[in-house]
Order: sequence, then C-alpha cells, then structure tokens
Amino acid sequence: MALLETKGLTAFYGDFQALFGVDVSLSEGETVAVIGANGAGKTTLMRSISGVIAQAPGMVRFEGREIGATAADDIMAAGIAMVPEGRKLFPSLSVEENLLMGCHRRKVNGPWTLQSVYELFPILKERRDRPGTALSGGQQQMVSIGRALMSNPRVLLCDEISLGLAPVVIKDIYAAFPQIRATGASIVVVEQDIGQAMKVADRVYCMMEGRVTLSGAPADLSREEIHDAYFGTAA
Amino acid sequence: MIWIDTILQGILLGGLYALFALGLSLVFGIMRLVNLAHGDLIVFAAYLILVLVTLLGLGPFLAAAIAAPIMFALGFALQRLVLNRVLGTDILPPLLVTFGLSVLLQNALQEGFSADSRRIPAGWLETASVPLGPISLGVMPLMTFASAILVTLALQWLFYRTSLGRAFRATSDDPVTASLMGVKPASVFAKATGIAMIVVTIAALYLGTRANFDPTTGPARLIYAFEAVIIGGLGSLWGTLAGGIIIGVAQTVGAQINPEWQILAGHIAFLVVLLIRPRGLFPRAFD
Ligand SMILES: Nc1ncnc2c1ncn2[C@@H]1O[C@H](COP(=O)(O)OP(=O)(O)O)[C@@H](O)[C@H]1O
Ligand SMILES: [Mg+2]
Repeated sequence: MALLETKGLTAFYGDFQALFGVDVSLSEGETVAVIGANGAGKTTLMRSISGVIAQAPGMVRFEGREIGATAADDIMAAGIAMVPEGRKLFPSLSVEENLLMGCHRRKVNGPWTLQSVYELFPILKERRDRPGTALSGGQQQMVSIGRALMSNPRVLLCDEISLGLAPVVIKDIYAAFPQIRATGASIVVVEQDIGQAMKVADRVYCMMEGRVTLSGAPADLSREEIHDAYFGTAA
Repeated sequence: MIWIDTILQGILLGGLYALFALGLSLVFGIMRLVNLAHGDLIVFAAYLILVLVTLLGLGPFLAAAIAAPIMFALGFALQRLVLNRVLGTDILPPLLVTFGLSVLLQNALQEGFSADSRRIPAGWLETASVPLGPISLGVMPLMTFASAILVTLALQWLFYRTSLGRAFRATSDDPVTASLMGVKPASVFAKATGIAMIVVTIAALYLGTRANFDPTTGPARLIYAFEAVIIGGLGSLWGTLAGGIIIGVAQTVGAQINPEWQILAGHIAFLVVLLIRPRGLFPRAFD
C-alpha cells in the first residue's frame, strides 16, 4: 500500500482549473521527483497534498487515511512536512527560531534535532542567531529544509529547492539527501532541473498543463519520452 | 522646578496611556487588526472591576485579578467567534465590525449602568503620595507607570522567549507558512486577543481608580492609545511605551502653559513625531 497517494486530484484557483485528475503515489522510503515546466501544476499539487488548498474529500490518502479535507496544520501534525517554493522563512525569526518552528506542533522523537540539523548544515550553526532572511539563498534553503526535518516527518515535500541557486550550491544541498533518505523519510522533490531529478529519484512523474504525462523509473525513460512529456509533442 | 515636576507627572501619565495602548499594539502587531472597540473594552473592564468591588466588597486589585481571566475568556471568544471571520486582505470588514462592537458596548453599558460617571474606590491609595525633594509623586501614578513597564517587559518576554511568542511572530509574518508548521492561526489569534484583554484589564484598573469614567469614555482612550502605538512604530512594544510617555509629557507641558491646551498638545506632539518619523520611532525592519 502506498504511504501517500492522490486519486483523480483536481484543484482550482477560482474558476481556473490547475489540476485535472492527477494520480501520484509515494511508497515508504521512496524518493519521487515531480518534473515539469513552469505552470505545469507542480506547486499546486504540493499545496493540495499539504492542505494549503482544501480538497474535496477522497482525493488524497496518507497512511490509508483520507486527508483531502484536513486542515494544513493537522496534515503537518500527521507527518507531512513541506519545504515550500521560495523557501518562505519567517523574516522576524532568527535561523534557530525558524528551525524550532518546524517542531512547534509535531514533537516526535527521531533522528532530527537542532543538533543533527546543525551537523547536516554546519554553516547554520554559525549563523543561528542571525535573521533567517539575512542569509544567502542557498543557506536559506538549508534553513527551510532543516525546519521541515525538525518535525521528523514521514513525508518530506520539497518544492523547487534549486530554484534561483548557483549550480555549486545546488550540489551542496542535494549532497544532504542521501543522509535524509538514510533516516527513512519518504521524499517528494519538485524540480525543473531534469538531470538533478533523475539523479535523486527512484521514480519520476512528469507534469504538463495540470496532468501527469509520464511516469516511471529514470532508467526506463528515454530522452525523447521525457522531452515530449515535458514540452508537449507539438514542441 | 515646576518644569521638572510637570515632566515627571507627564511621564507617569504616559504610563497610563501606554497601558491603554499596549493591548492595541499587541493585536495590531500580530494580526494587523485595528480594534476600534479597544477603548470601550477598557471601559467595560472598568465596570467589571467596579461590579466586583461593590458587589463582593473586594479591593480593586483583587477585583482586577479576578476580572483578568474573565476578560481573557471574552477576548478569546470574541476573536474566535467574530473577528477571525472578518480578518482577511480587506481591512474594512474588521474596522466595521469593531466599530459596531464599540457602539454596542457603549449602549449596553448605558443600559446597565446609566450615563452617570463612576469611579473605582481605591481607599487611601487615591490620595497617597511620596515626597521626592520638593516634588511629590502620587502613589497611584507611580504604580501605573511601574505596571506599564512590567507589562511591556512581560509582553516582550512572551514575544521573544516563549514558543507561543515565536508562533505569534511567525503567524504575523506569514500565516500560510505558519500553518505548514502546524500552527492554527485562528487559535493563535484568539490567544493574542485574550492576552490583550488581560492588559486591557490592567489599564481599566488604573483608568477607573484615577479618574471618573462613564459608558462613553472609551473612544477618547482609543485615540490616545492609537497615537501612542503609531508614534512608537507599529508592532514595537517598547515603542508603544515611549509613545505613551511622549503624549503624556506633551499633555502636561501643554497644560502647564495653558490648561486648555492639554489635549491639543498631545495631538500636536503626535503630528510632529509623524512628520519627522513617518513610520514611528521604532519601526520594524520589514513590513
Ligand atoms: N494563486 C494562484 N491564482 C491563480 N492561478 C494560479 C495561482 N497559483 C498558480 N496558478 C496557476 O496554476 C497553474 C499551475 O501553477 P503552479 O502549480 O504554480 O505550477 P508550477 O509549480 O508547476 O510552476 C499555472 O497556470 C498558474 O498560473
Ligand atoms: Mg512551482
């Protein structure tokens, strides 16, 4: 049984339909990548799972329980933590306070504590008392990932963690993923960088215009297939 | 010597204005809500203390200690049941609703207590004073000022040293991301308004023991509170305390020059500070 799955998921912004019957699933311990061009609906999918966009009941299941109509704060308490697009640090909080917000509600004993997050990203320990938003983009992304880890989540959703960062910084951040995986977390990474997604993921979903156009293990997917699914066959 | 006395009295008066303002500042800082019924809630709390004093024969301080949790509960319920529903990107609905609440409170108090002005009896404390060289300072004004500092310190501690305070600041920054951290903004806001109502009760204690009040006293208190919050810089608690003191000093200095100028001098000080520092004395770094 899948740890997390969506079935026929739809999402709307007012009258505008952003998702059209999306089916994705994530198994225990798995890392799945969601790729797709700008506006494909990746962020909308993350928001729908995390409860920021309320769903009709029946479209999202987590640990076998229906969570489509559950509030965002209760979904996080159940164990789905989000690294939101744009990092979204709290500007009036220091680095350490930002991290502590991650376990404000869900306090679960597990591998992730302030200390182990500082071991994963040592630079954050040096800057723990600075305002979170005073850090460089890459360091802010580390805070955002660390903050999500602080709740020892069962599922970690990462929305475009490489967006706007230099390649060496992206490499640094993805270097942390093996350690995160090793703690048993199941991970969804949203990426526009196909190469990066293929490297980190066990399975890939490609989205276009609110639909899943392709899915499979990186090794089983050809460049042409991915190209078509990403840009559309007309391209 | 007379000027030193005037300024000292003004500083102490500023403590009272700061107490009026701190609850307003707290709520505004967290949820960008301007509560137009704030002054009326202070007057309401003053009547509540008065009732406890006259009905149960309690001292005013014990009565305020009993009124505080009642006011907390009322504030919590008010936020939960009414104000949370109108909070949003549009600032007009909360203004309308709290204006309505202000009118409602005034009318209800008028019904219940008539338009006569009242005072909370504080016994010998009312006239007690401590000599300070040639100057003498009233014990009640001194206690008011000390309370304003204690309340500022306590709120400062709550904001910056507790996990509730951290959630207050995070929710104020970004309620959606805060909810991704497991915060329920509706309940955080309700706690904040409840705490503001405890501050309101403390303000009511000193308002009611130091001067007469009647059901229509609220709006004028709201204006002083409002001015103190804005002078101080929105969302800054120490700024609010400083703002209250500036208005208090301006008023006593104005009154010393010409007794008719007391209120006007406070408003002029407000305008002057705003002209020089449009964002107040201690604005937050971001907004
Ligand atoms: N808040 C919003 N209001 C209206 N439309 C939106 C909003 N957010 C996203 N959209 C639209 O929904 C579609 C999917 O957007 P999004 O999920 O952000 O895509 P992606 O993350 O893949 O770039 C786009 O067409 C976008 O314009
Ligand atoms: Mg996106």
